[in-house]
Amino acid sequence: MTVTELVSYEDALASYDPVMGLEVHVELGTKTKMFCGCSTELKQDANSQTCPTCLGLPGSLPVVNAIGVESAIKIGLALNCEIAEWCRFARKNYFYPDMPKNFQTSQYDEPIAFNGYLDVQLEDGEIFRVEIERAHMEEDTGKSLHVGGATGRIHGASHSLLDYNRAGIPLIEIVTKPIEGAGTRAPEVAKAYVAELRELIKALGVSEARMEQGQMRCDVNLSLRPHGRAEFGTRSETKNVNSLRSVERAARFEIQRHAAVLNSGGTIVQETRHFHEEDGSTTAGRIKDNAEDYRYFPEPDLVPVAPSREWVEELRRGLPELPRVRRNRLREEWGVSEHDMQSILNAGAIDPIVATIEAGADAASARKWWMGELARNANESGRDLASLPITPEQVARVTVLVKEGSLNDKLARQVIEGVLAGEGGPDDVVEKRGLKVVSDEGALGTAVDEAIAANAGIADKIRSGKVAAAGALVGAVMKATRGQADAARVRELILEKLGVTEG
Amino acid sequence: MPGITREEVAHLARLARLELKGEELDHFAGQLDDIIGAVARVSEVADQDVPPTSHPLPLTNVMRADEVRPSLTPEQALSGAPAQEQQRFKVPRILGED
Repeated sequence: MTVTELVSYEDALASYDPVMGLEVHVELGTKTKMFCGCSTELKQDANSQTCPTCLGLPGSLPVVNAIGVESAIKIGLALNCEIAEWCRFARKNYFYPDMPKNFQTSQYDEPIAFNGYLDVQLEDGEIFRVEIERAHMEEDTGKSLHVGGATGRIHGASHSLLDYNRAGIPLIEIVTKPIEGAGTRAPEVAKAYVAELRELIKALGVSEARMEQGQMRCDVNLSLRPHGRAEFGTRSETKNVNSLRSVERAARFEIQRHAAVLNSGGTIVQETRHFHEEDGSTTAGRIKDNAEDYRYFPEPDLVPVAPSREWVEELRRGLPELPRVRRNRLREEWGVSEHDMQSILNAGAIDPIVATIEAGADAASARKWWMGELARNANESGRDLASLPITPEQVARVTVLVKEGSLNDKLARQVIEGVLAGEGGPDDVVEKRGLKVVSDEGALGTAVDEAIAANAGIADKIRSGKVAAAGALVGAVMKATRGQADAARVRELILEKLGVTEG
Repeated sequence: MPGITREEVAHLARLARLELKGEELDHFAGQLDDIIGAVARVSEVADQDVPPTSHPLPLTNVMRADEVRPSLTPEQALSGAPAQEQQRFKVPRILGED
């Protein structure tokens, strides 16, 4: 297909109403695969985690991973779904070497969870309800390495090499109902939904949901229809959009591209598309010469899953506080704005701040350090906050030292710097670097006397009532003590010695 | 009852990557028709009150604890592979020339 000149986003939405469907695959954090006892550990030697079952060898039989089923039910419950009383697995048949069995074990018309919703909060605080069609259990595929073509792509490759370590790792596929009514905010809703889902999955403890590691992957289905029309337009399916930002960009790009095709009198081809991280565009995937025909049928090697209501209710009772509810509670406890809370969430600072407060810091100080000094350091070193070599307990200790007056902000920054540099805990750094506020009144008094003597003119001004001039003397004392004095105490001393009281 | 058509057999053969000649299509269409007819007779006796069976054993919830069991070594895993490279299964080109 020829490249179409995109329509501006505003113009596209002036003429059309977008409808989206989002399919998210989550790789569960189980120790073993869905149907066999092979380890799921990532980045291991090629084909070192396979067995007759996940290789599809004759005579092998699958057995379902109990934690896989439990995780699926937890996800379903957290998404306000109904949980099937009885459901089966199904074989999805296809010929492609990423599955050695020539089928993927999945669920077809009997998903374990269905009919739910997830409320997502947009940046301005508006709540948008995304309806959930279903969440079902399946397994991941192997990894292909395409050889002989340009840049490892399947096109032009002479042959491919398969590593089946990933084949059989439990996946939960979560499918939304068509998302209507988002209008111009459709891309933002898509991003917010995936972000909220990721937080939810993490809170449930069923997966780390790291998108950059492929533990969570999103397909964006999108179509446009003229305003006022009830029926949906033809959709495109953009595959493997693997970051939050990309989800938003892919939706935005497809809106502009669809509008361009429709405006020029063309028709949208129902096809899969690839997303390109570099410029945010999508390109057509392989055109399917005939409709997909996976010949699903019930998996004869596995017996049905019939979760008892007692089990489901027990899991429901054990659900953690949902992330959005928790965020709103914390936001009120910390007294921050929606916008600030969003920044804290985006920075991945919620859990570190909570842990720091639990370790004895006050909310404002905990937030100040994680969103200031530490966020800056993480940014500069290209790490996330959680992987900085400083613990919430250590940050809390610094805030306590500041509070009791042994450190001022400037010294505290140096302590944090020392901890990050591997010089030990806060108290070690204070000790080794000699970073203590000079609280020895004698030493401080001497420094104040010297500053007064050296700045007689300023001292006179202060004596005559110009209290504001004291700042210059405080500066001199701070300089003399190399910043290791408590500025407020210095000021008090100066005024005391000069016989003035604060107006 | 009109059963499997020649076109349907051709479609299934393509999905199963089987190359069938013209006379084979006719031959299998007849055979598959017989098989489906035989299976269909079950539906005639099964009344509304008989739930569909997907498994001969009256079992549900057969599950396994999430505990790692030893895997094959890569050598064992690859021992039956017709071709291998870089400790991986080597397969022919997936996409044909466009």
